[in-house]
Amino acid sequence: MSVRIYVPIDSSALSLGAEQVARAIRHEAQVRGIAIELVRNGSRGLFWLEPLVEVDTTQGRIAYGPVQAEDVPGLFDAGFHQGEQGLALCQGQTEQIPFLARQERLTFARVGVTDPLSLDDYLAHGGFVGLKRAVALTPAAVVQEVTDSGLRGRGGAAFPTGIKWKTVLDTPAAQKYIACNADEGDSGTFSDRMLMEGDPYCLIEGMTIAGLAVGATQGYLYLRSEYPHAHRTLQAAIERARAAGWLGTNVADSGRAFDIDLRLGAGAYICGEETSMLESIEGKRGVVRAKPPLPAVSGLFGQPTVVNNVISLASLPIILARGAAFYRDYGLGRSRGTLPFQLAGNLRRPGLVEKAFGVTLRELLEDYGGGSASGRALRTAQVGGPLGAYLPAAQFDVALDYEQYAAMGAMVGHGGIVAFDDSVDMAKMVRHAMAFCAEESCGKCTPCRIGSVRGVEVIDRIIAGEERDRNLALLGSLCDTMLAGSLCAMGGMTPYPVQSALKHFPEDFGIDTSAGA
Amino acid sequence: MTNPLPTQARLHALIDAHRTLPGATLPMLHAIQDSFGYVPDEALPMIASALNLSRAEIQGVVSFYPHFRRSPPGRHTVQICRAESCLAMGAEALEAHVKAQLGVDFHQTTADGTVTLEPVYCLGNCACSPAIRVDDDIFGRVSARRFDAIVEELQHPAGEGASA
Repeated sequence: MSVRIYVPIDSSALSLGAEQVARAIRHEAQVRGIAIELVRNGSRGLFWLEPLVEVDTTQGRIAYGPVQAEDVPGLFDAGFHQGEQGLALCQGQTEQIPFLARQERLTFARVGVTDPLSLDDYLAHGGFVGLKRAVALTPAAVVQEVTDSGLRGRGGAAFPTGIKWKTVLDTPAAQKYIACNADEGDSGTFSDRMLMEGDPYCLIEGMTIAGLAVGATQGYLYLRSEYPHAHRTLQAAIERARAAGWLGTNVADSGRAFDIDLRLGAGAYICGEETSMLESIEGKRGVVRAKPPLPAVSGLFGQPTVVNNVISLASLPIILARGAAFYRDYGLGRSRGTLPFQLAGNLRRPGLVEKAFGVTLRELLEDYGGGSASGRALRTAQVGGPLGAYLPAAQFDVALDYEQYAAMGAMVGHGGIVAFDDSVDMAKMVRHAMAFCAEESCGKCTPCRIGSVRGVEVIDRIIAGEERDRNLALLGSLCDTMLAGSLCAMGGMTPYPVQSALKHFPEDFGIDTSAGA
Repeated sequence: MTNPLPTQARLHALIDAHRTLPGATLPMLHAIQDSFGYVPDEALPMIASALNLSRAEIQGVVSFYPHFRRSPPGRHTVQICRAESCLAMGAEALEAHVKAQLGVDFHQTTADGTVTLEPVYCLGNCACSPAIRVDDDIFGRVSARRFDAIVEELQHPAGEGASA
């Protein structure tokens, strides 16, 4: 009987040598005459242990990591292929690793477990159960189910998904669209990528449920060009799903049509903004549209369009399969369900932690993340991407919940968390935030296009100590203008990192705090 | 990468293959850049004519997106991530090392034509910062030493001669 061995094909695992490890395992097994079945799975999201190799045994899957190609002969010598656990690289049963065991994996239940492109594996692990239920329900009932689940947009804006869908459902049109925003450009975020590479059928199923619910027959999946591996995986998955009848003119024998066209972005961060993305899919410059009209009324090619993020859509299969109440029981307040938090930057154990809302930053940074990678004290974390606030340690105990974060001028966003140790220069980070806005602004509105350029200049003067008080006042006024006067979140939220850093770390800007000013 | 067909014929075939897609501009530009390594000048009026748009509109699209190049790159494109997570893990020092080692700034190609250096904001490899991309391969936890080894392999591929 052959031994089943798992080596991830996730981008991050590959970036650390997983391909070489897979090759070494194949070679070594052949030389030793050991029959193996090598499965290329997604990543479990325990990135400090990647490449993480797993061996299927009678006691479940046993993990070894981080494995390099040169470790492979030694692993075979020690009997790792029989699940031998007395090895330095052995991490025990994968599911028992505390980082993983304490998570609440709903959306990510299959990622890292299955072979991403195997439809049999997907079906064996609960795949398409949600879609089959959606097929049996009326469109209005599916929309109601999603509304009742409390799901809010996971791309960052946190708008209630069911409400958006109802608008599209109630807007009569000959053609409607589902547009999946997979332009995951925020630094510190990688959950979309992990899901698309590790469980692509989950996203396909989610988009199809959305299509059936609002009466859209065509979906567009807009993927950033920085994700070449995800591109290949999605292409193959869409083709296989179509060949098996999960996409096409008769989805899951429902007699109804839905198909997906995969489109590639071209390196513009702004195309993660929903209207800019629609312009880009239409073949134009990714310039933001004024709202209204909402895309739900007049979106892609002027038709009613659901624009949802990857994680929002990938959460639908489990919501439909288990019911709205099951999902809604996770979380707190108006933040229901789970969020895949992404631990990045300077952490000892970076990775993906799917938890119900309500977990604190301190738990994520310390219990899961293990503190800084450098061994120095953690000073701050930026939550929600490059447009999110920098939080000081004093705010690490606030529950991660959309409303509680908004109340302190921060945002949960897409759940990306970038940790910094005490060597960080916050003046530099603030300058970076403004310079990034200047670089990536679409140029349509003045506060963002010109404000960001002036912002960099003013920050440079503050750093140089030129008329500091006057320039600080000027920066404050500029931030107010950008916040209130920008057309979208690019200019409208760049002040978040700037103002939070000034407020919590004034000493980095040469501001004298001794007088209590 | 040599292709016997003249440029015009290749462009025509690539444009024709995407002509009927809704919003065909980006798919056409991607196909052209994937084939040529950049978007040649001749492509612009041809795309414009195929889509019944003005040449200015196509020029506007090409210039908006950083991914599209207007001149041939080196044999390999190396992107260094400059986003926050990588900055938290020493990307600034890595960027300085890379520029000194290659002797080029961003958007430039090394004298031997091996490497074109580009900045990038996030490769989605934030749990393994700092990250770089070489063509379609992503590398994580890139130290100065690891970078040098990667570049050495690009300049003097181990298998060269045997497979060529």
